[in-house]
Amino acid sequence: MRQVLPIFRKEFRAYFVTPIAYIVISIFLLVTGWFFFTTFFLFNQANLRNFFGLLPIIFSFVIPAITMRLIAEELNVGTYETLLTLPVTFLDVVLGKFLACWGFIAAMLIPTAAYAFTVAMLGQIDWGPVAGGYIGALLLGAAFSAVGLLASALTRNQIIAFIIGVAICFSLTLIDKMLFFLPRYLLGIFAYLGADFHFENIAKGVIDSRDVLYFVSVSFIGLYGAHLALQAKK
Amino acid sequence: MIHVDGLTKYYHDLCAVDQISFAIQKGEILGLLGPNGAGKTTILRILAGFLQPTAGTIRVKDYSIDAHFLEIKKLLGYLPESAPLYHDMLVYDYLDYVANIREIDKRQKLPRIRRLADLCGINSVMHQPIGELSKGYKQRVGLAHAMMNDPEILVLDEPTSGLDPNQIVEIREIIKKIGQEKTVILSTHILSEAEATCDRIVIINRGKIVADDRTANLKQTLSDKSRIDLTLQNADFASLQQKLGTINGVDRLTPIEETDHHLRVSISCQGGVDPRAAIYRQIKSTDWILLEFHQETQTLENIFRELTKES
Repeated sequence: MRQVLPIFRKEFRAYFVTPIAYIVISIFLLVTGWFFFTTFFLFNQANLRNFFGLLPIIFSFVIPAITMRLIAEELNVGTYETLLTLPVTFLDVVLGKFLACWGFIAAMLIPTAAYAFTVAMLGQIDWGPVAGGYIGALLLGAAFSAVGLLASALTRNQIIAFIIGVAICFSLTLIDKMLFFLPRYLLGIFAYLGADFHFENIAKGVIDSRDVLYFVSVSFIGLYGAHLALQAKK
Repeated sequence: MIHVDGLTKYYHDLCAVDQISFAIQKGEILGLLGPNGAGKTTILRILAGFLQPTAGTIRVKDYSIDAHFLEIKKLLGYLPESAPLYHDMLVYDYLDYVANIREIDKRQKLPRIRRLADLCGINSVMHQPIGELSKGYKQRVGLAHAMMNDPEILVLDEPTSGLDPNQIVEIREIIKKIGQEKTVILSTHILSEAEATCDRIVIINRGKIVADDRTANLKQTLSDKSRIDLTLQNADFASLQQKLGTINGVDRLTPIEETDHHLRVSISCQGGVDPRAAIYRQIKSTDWILLEFHQETQTLENIFRELTKES
């Protein structure tokens, strides 16, 4: 387990050594900033609800782009062999890379604090939902990172890893918007599967253990899947 | 030190390694030799803990790869074929990262990296991205990576492939230097390399061992066999066969080329007798003109070709 830290540090730094980090963060801020502030003055409400409302959709594109290279690139270049013959376990590799991606998402969210402060200057902001929104964003980020990591472990092609990741994250986000297609008795189950549904709850400022449990479960399933995918390559 | 026992590996239906057993002593430099696709890399990958064998096991000291792969990885330094490394990392950062994973003490880390940089001759590229290095330098960085923990066993997969002759000699020198105190296993399909660096050679073909002996012994068995090439003018094969066939030490004559002008024959010899003098006397007694007469001593090359020929 002590090998998690060097792997985390290496992967986290790799984002910022290469242009990936700057490109992804710029695009993320551009998209969220634009969509948030174009409608902000129409609503005339001093809250970040619309910003957080955008996050599940934006994350389901941005996070697979962050995770796609994590394992697929190593498999493709062959560095996976170099890595795995060092004294590390699959768990070290999966956790190290997952934490690096999660840390990156946290770094990506930091500049958006400027939105909160801007809004606070314009009106009376309720900090509870803002804090809840950020906690929710981190939980959502963890779940999607784990899914993206799983997608990256399934293939040696980064583009395919990206597409698989987007497909899963996007379905998780949209599943509760599709509910009207479903018979009534299935509604509860599918609503529970939706990432958007749980995220909205937390973003309201209500931190319910059921919602937290949902994100922790998705993260766990994703990471365990990635672990199994790596093991199968032996 | 290392015991390989009944090792078998299937990739789906394809058998890459078939019931291989051998042992390696401490301080030995062992060369795994074989044509492409013989199973060398697979064996090394299993030993390094990257692949799991279908059957059989490898024991390193008291550890077996099934139960203690982490302990074995700590004893081993492994350089994969063509040294795949992270292209966007600086050489120093990479070695530092490996040192961290290997849990090398903070105070010993810098001296250790310095020593390896000296040994592998990479001082001048320490602050360049790995992706910008030439193949030879990448290989050296890979070697430094493999030796980071001062491993008791060094496993090198085709360490000199793709290098230029000067680099090959340098890498070979490094391997020999390490081999004085460490156990080294290297795979190669270049025979002269195995001949030059290894104490013992295991030749593998289609996943099976076809020869396993000390390099000196292998050469010894070869020196008994040799071949003589002969080119004559005005001669015909039938009468040559008649004249030379009875000489002691001559095994067989094979015509290589027969034209109106000249005749080229290859004579295979056997048993420690040198038939050259007798052959010359026989030819002198005729009116043939001797154009070429030279003895080819068998190298490992020939035995390798013989052993690994497609049947």
